[in-house]
Amino acid sequence: MANAKGWAEHTVEVSGAKVYLQRSGKGAPILVLHHDIGTLDSLAFYDELAKSHDVLIPHYPGWGRSPRLEWMRHPRDVAVILQGLRAELQLGPTALIGLGFGGWVAAEMASMAPREVSKLVLVGPMGIKPAEGDILDQAIISYIDYPQAFFHERKVFEAHYGNVTTDQLEAWDIAREMSFRIAWKPYMYSQTLPHLLGAVKAPALIVWGEDDKVVPAATAGQFRTALPNARVEIVKGSGHAVEMEKPAELAKLVVPFIAAK
Amino acid sequence: MHLMYFTEQPMAAYDEKAGLEYGATALTFSNKYFDPKEGARLYNEYLDQYMLCEEVGIDGIMLNEHHNAPFCMQAKTNICAAILARITKKAKIVLLGNPLPLAENPIRLAEELAMIDMISNGRLVSGFVRGGGQEQLSAGVNPAYNRERFIEAHNLIVKAWTEPGPFRWEGTHYQHRVVNPWAVPLQKPYPRVWVPGVISKETVIWAAQQRYPYIALNTSIEDTKKIWALYDQTAAECGYETGPENRGYLARIHVADDEATALKNAREFTWMQGEFTGLAHPVWANPAGYFSPSARRGFVEFAVGRSQNPRGAMTFEQQLESGMIMAGTPKQVLPRIRHLLEETRPGIMAVWAQDGKVPQKDQMRCIELLGKEVFPQVREWSKELGLTSPFETDAPVHIKYSKDLKKKPVAAE
Repeated sequence: MANAKGWAEHTVEVSGAKVYLQRSGKGAPILVLHHDIGTLDSLAFYDELAKSHDVLIPHYPGWGRSPRLEWMRHPRDVAVILQGLRAELQLGPTALIGLGFGGWVAAEMASMAPREVSKLVLVGPMGIKPAEGDILDQAIISYIDYPQAFFHERKVFEAHYGNVTTDQLEAWDIAREMSFRIAWKPYMYSQTLPHLLGAVKAPALIVWGEDDKVVPAATAGQFRTALPNARVEIVKGSGHAVEMEKPAELAKLVVPFIAAK
Repeated sequence: MHLMYFTEQPMAAYDEKAGLEYGATALTFSNKYFDPKEGARLYNEYLDQYMLCEEVGIDGIMLNEHHNAPFCMQAKTNICAAILARITKKAKIVLLGNPLPLAENPIRLAEELAMIDMISNGRLVSGFVRGGGQEQLSAGVNPAYNRERFIEAHNLIVKAWTEPGPFRWEGTHYQHRVVNPWAVPLQKPYPRVWVPGVISKETVIWAAQQRYPYIALNTSIEDTKKIWALYDQTAAECGYETGPENRGYLARIHVADDEATALKNAREFTWMQGEFTGLAHPVWANPAGYFSPSARRGFVEFAVGRSQNPRGAMTFEQQLESGMIMAGTPKQVLPRIRHLLEETRPGIMAVWAQDGKVPQKDQMRCIELLGKEVFPQVREWSKELGLTSPFETDAPVHIKYSKDLKKKPVAAE
């Protein structure tokens, strides 16, 4: 099956999970890990990546088109399932691009199987307790207000989500419930991750939107310190959702980084 | 008929303008607006009200708890219950109830309740609730596991009350390697458990499966009948027939010597519903995972302001008209109560008699009128209508103590 934009659709079974994924392009594999609010089916950033790479975009169990697993309790469970998915698809060492919450999942994957991850790209990642400020608490703000906070400019939010449908609101509520189920306390970070990141072998690129209202941009320094081989890039004029707000700029940073030997 | 008095213990003595400007008066509305001097006055006034209840012959005192909100300043129902256990002598102390999912250690609750039951010489009714949505947030408890925690904590408490310790509890949400509380309740097999609720079908079904009375919290007559239909159907599946002893109802009734005073004070009921100061953001009241998935669509639309509260919203006048609020002299409200009794047939009735800023002297008079003029007539009618309470029928405390089941019960332990 393929969707309108020519991306193939698959369901991969791992540990009792039926993981839905979209796949397009040829070349070395890239696994893109979506935000806590899930992902839209089609993004210019995804298409740009697929021009030069084999791009896989799974929905985590419980998000989007992947059914929920009642037993999942931690983002590290998602990370293990996605490592299982890589094995199932016989992917070699894979580049990971983690967006926001997906950055936490990617960081867990890189720490648990260092030789399986070729490059690690973390875009405004959650997962570490910010030394200054806090990760935005979606539990006390509305379904539309939270995704809006991902953007530096409201018009870019509107360009992506338009007049938000009730189906989208429901999907955000389901995504929110899943975030609570697996990352409620401490909220959206791990107390062990900063230590575990010392095991990562892959070169890491940490990208942050200068105006990230969800995870304080200053947290970038904490990731750089925790990862053995990392550099930081700040994207101006962007909020948390750099892939939607500045897709071309992000692709310009990410594609050469992943392609580099 | 078991007749009870209830107040939310409102704390209206704060800057109303600040609440209006903030747009909400719960969860994140700053507690800098709380005045402990007024708090001290109000806590003691409420205790005076409860003592008067007993004096005028009211059967039970219903207590509850809420957090981070002026609409209810009772942050721990067991504290008022412990005070009443000693300062009252006859009235049942009816907790509706302890919010189980908020407890990190349900054994602690089992111990507190056992103490209250013993100090009161067996007058405790130990209701259990899920806790409001925003209370999951104020307690930092995961709303997504609310119902699972409710059921598991209940099962653990009942086991701690009924089976000799020590035993080990390795549950999904609670793990206790040594359960062996020294204090256990006086009432056997254990204090009666009543379950209040408003909307969740899952709770109605669960209560019916346990054979615990369900207390409908000021639902419309039409909705109350739907609740009983679901309860009755579940009971039939479990092998028993329901009666008034399975049914409780909380009505909002304010009485005074004259109609004008009663209406003026009854208007304060809308204070809690947010007409005076706003109450809570719908997202806090219904955090993701807290409510039934079947209601998800309605709640997300409500949360972003696209639709009305699925729980309904009526003006004061509409509520008076429909009988959701009854106000007047005892003579004026009695026919409306009669109508309610005939239509919903409860064996337990609680009267929520004040809200907002009703003056203490008016509230004390209201209690006096309830005890001396309203409730005696309600008791007479209840006899005529066969509205018997669980105490009068000596109903089994739990389905597993039933002697009249038509087939094997399907209820959980």
